[in-house]
Amino acid sequence: MSTSITANHGVAHGDAHGHEHHDDGSKTLLGFWIYLMSDCLIFSGLFATFAALSHATAGGPSGKELFDLKYVFGETMLLLISSFTFGLAMLNVRAGSRGKVIAWLFVTFLFGAGFVGMEVYEFHHLITVENAGPSHSAFLSAYFTLVGTHGLHVTSGLIWLVAMMHMVGKFGLNDVVQRRLSCLSLFWHFLDLVWICVFSFVYLLGVL
Amino acid sequence: MASQHGHSDAHAHGAHGSLKTYVIGFVLSLILTVLSFGCVMSGAVPQHLVMPGIVVFCVAQLLVQLVFFLHMSAAPGQRDNLSIGVFTLLIIAIVVVGSLWVMHNMNAYMIPSSMQMSSGSIG
Repeated sequence: MSTSITANHGVAHGDAHGHEHHDDGSKTLLGFWIYLMSDCLIFSGLFATFAALSHATAGGPSGKELFDLKYVFGETMLLLISSFTFGLAMLNVRAGSRGKVIAWLFVTFLFGAGFVGMEVYEFHHLITVENAGPSHSAFLSAYFTLVGTHGLHVTSGLIWLVAMMHMVGKFGLNDVVQRRLSCLSLFWHFLDLVWICVFSFVYLLGVL
Repeated sequence: MASQHGHSDAHAHGAHGSLKTYVIGFVLSLILTVLSFGCVMSGAVPQHLVMPGIVVFCVAQLLVQLVFFLHMSAAPGQRDNLSIGVFTLLIIAIVVVGSLWVMHNMNAYMIPSSMQMSSGSIG
């Protein structure tokens, strides 16, 4: 939760600075990069926790019994494609075609929303059908915390995407909007990087 | 000042990539993702190679996306980002490897019965 607030706060903050100090955007991007790296540290802590607790199933189901790799492959594809379409949006930002930027951001939003939808369904299935909620074992607590934190990040990214689509429509592609889009671009690609680690170390190693 | 100027220049012109770099990055990521899942799902890979395979494909895909999507490079304008990234990598390594090491040792030396604690096999 706090991370999403930080991300959105960063944008609002960047605006104020942009007007006061005539920042060319590079400092904002560097600052945002530092935020992303600190977010990396949050995830590294969660990954370490998950790895340490991955066998602590307390007699409950293990990853091998719970994870459906075909489903995870679907989630992975949605997020990967959304990362690519965000890249296409950024190319159109440079080309200055406002309509295409909004269109590609919308496509990115759809794929991202599809990813979150699949993840919510997966969690719902685990808790209700498999009877494997986060309170069942240390392994499942760590799993839900790690994957859920990533899901929350993607959700806050989706909210940010909606805000940016609105801004591009209302203000056009001015410096402030471009800088915010660059930050969101970093954020979105970063989430895909984290997901690569999630599907590799949680799901793929989990079913071995 | 000079380095900051270079930084903004790189962001304004060179560091955003082109359609070509995005397509290359996307195709490489796709291939690496399929290889990762194929490693486990196909069953054709020898058991002892599955885990190293997953790790190698994971690291490869992280590098691909860092270069082609996040446009990281050793170019002068990117050097700040790169050095912060490398520093973060160091911290991550300490956190993850350190946690696993400590927890592994704790589990290995944990003796189920409290009676045996006094026999002191904790080296």
